[in-house]
Amino acid sequence: MKKYTYTEKKDTRSGFGAGLLEAGKKNENVVALCADLVGSLKMDAFIAEFPDRFTQVGIAEANMIGIAAGMTINGKIPFTGTFANFSTGRVYDQIRQSVAYSNKNVKICASHAGLTLGEDGATHQILEDIGLMKMLPGMVVINPCDYNQTKAATVAIAEYEGPVYLRFGRPVIPVFTDPDQKFEIGKAWMVNEGTDVTIIATGHMVWRAIEAGEKLAEMGIDAEIINIHTIKPLDEEAVLKSVKKTGCVVTCEEHNKFGGLGESVARLLTTELPTPQEFVATNDTFGESGTPDQLMTKYGLDPSNIIEAVQKVMGRKK
Amino acid sequence: MKHTIKELEDIASQVRRDIVRMVHACQSGHPGASLGCADFFTALYFEVLNHKTDFTMAGAGEDLFFLSNGHISPVWYSTLAHAGYFDKSELATFRKLNSRLQGHPTTHEGLPGIRIASGSLGQGLSVAIGAALAKRLNGDKSYVFALMGDGELQEGQNWEAAMFAPFHKVDHLIASVDYNGQQIDGPTDKVLALDSLQAKFEAFGWHVINTDGNDMKSIVEGLHYAKTLTGKGKPILNLMSTQMGAGVDFMVGSHKWHGTAPSDAQLAVALAQLPETLGDY
Repeated sequence: MKKYTYTEKKDTRSGFGAGLLEAGKKNENVVALCADLVGSLKMDAFIAEFPDRFTQVGIAEANMIGIAAGMTINGKIPFTGTFANFSTGRVYDQIRQSVAYSNKNVKICASHAGLTLGEDGATHQILEDIGLMKMLPGMVVINPCDYNQTKAATVAIAEYEGPVYLRFGRPVIPVFTDPDQKFEIGKAWMVNEGTDVTIIATGHMVWRAIEAGEKLAEMGIDAEIINIHTIKPLDEEAVLKSVKKTGCVVTCEEHNKFGGLGESVARLLTTELPTPQEFVATNDTFGESGTPDQLMTKYGLDPSNIIEAVQKVMGRKK
Repeated sequence: MKHTIKELEDIASQVRRDIVRMVHACQSGHPGASLGCADFFTALYFEVLNHKTDFTMAGAGEDLFFLSNGHISPVWYSTLAHAGYFDKSELATFRKLNSRLQGHPTTHEGLPGIRIASGSLGQGLSVAIGAALAKRLNGDKSYVFALMGDGELQEGQNWEAAMFAPFHKVDHLIASVDYNGQQIDGPTDKVLALDSLQAKFEAFGWHVINTDGNDMKSIVEGLHYAKTLTGKGKPILNLMSTQMGAGVDFMVGSHKWHGTAPSDAQLAVALAQLPETLGDY
């Protein structure tokens, strides 16, 4: 097992804030909009540097999406910011018609995704957003795994022409990826090469997969770990290549197993290479109040759950 | 004036002919409010807008128009064709398979003149505001126009947008309301009354003007006047009274022609009331 270490913990939303500032410096057409959550989205640095290129929309997410779509027409690259729930479910039709169907270059940037929002509870913890967004034709869906990857992804999507959903979160987690990485949309990152099982993880679950991989190594199981940061378009070649070698797969996501990364992998494998698969994901449920760690444990998203899924899926190998 | 009122009325007559023929040909579509807005579209594209028919999405330095109530696509398509955006023969493809003239307007098939999809109601004003903000950032002083239906104002997003535009001094924006008092299920007064739109928009900080949307002189003068009101910190709302079905006597004033196609016999009656001025497609 390749050794991963970290010296600090940071939130992925701060990676977004840093990336937005860098994207703004690189391209004067980058603009930002927010629906009364500037501090939560870490947009302060961008606003301080480029006050004229920021628009405070107030608590009016539908209007924010429409305004962002309109701004693209004159060549602007709008980044909208609010919580994941209000970035997707609340404004689904606005995104569908004014952004996706109209193919507008809007970057829908969503913080506080998943259970790890914590104490606010289920009204704010969306576990369906990946599904909602990946269903839209032409929409790119990205869920990076740490501060550095989120920053790099934010810079990369500014350079990509077309609608993007960028999902990140609130809790501080280990920073373990390269600070100078070049983020390539749609390209999986090989975290660890292995032969016994493929573990595919996205977002906050990547570090947990690494922790699980270390314990599995002690148990004599050689896990291949792949970070799928871009859920759509899925890096099908990377998934198929790995699964051909290992013969079984566990998918890990802080999202409902209905409509998430696991289903995208299952759809690919069912048609190309039928393979035993287990899902580490929430199971058709809403969240609740609690600390992020308590919630991840209660809803089955701990490293121990990944290990159990690995043992189960390896037992199903022919 | 680029055209006389009589010339503009003649163009509007042809647009109305096209509308009823297009809806009849595919036996679907929305003739009522399309007919009601024929004068507005004619005034806008032939007299008011500074625009190029050699279409670019960005429209830098041009006035932009956004249609929020996308179901009145027939009037827009006919106007765009006669203005020179595409050949009028393409109007025959309206709502048919593989057409660029989709039931509701879209950028998806690349029809020149369209900058955003609309049809799901209540989104167009926000988009127009976004376009106006981007123009301001670009130092582009041209105008952004929008049209909304009156029934459509029951959608909450309009009021988010209505609150936003004055606060952010989006003052190169001229939005019009097709105030025909009708919607699918009946008169707006019975479905969900709008009460005083003038008072509502004024309370939100808009400069409101009133025009007769079926009087060419009123609408042309009103839109020119609206331009003189821009740049003073307030968005402009043109509350434009129209009659659903205007120009075809048996369609006038009834919600029943919101989304109903005329029969062969009804088409003949309608066309007899609408002189062919520019040649049918």
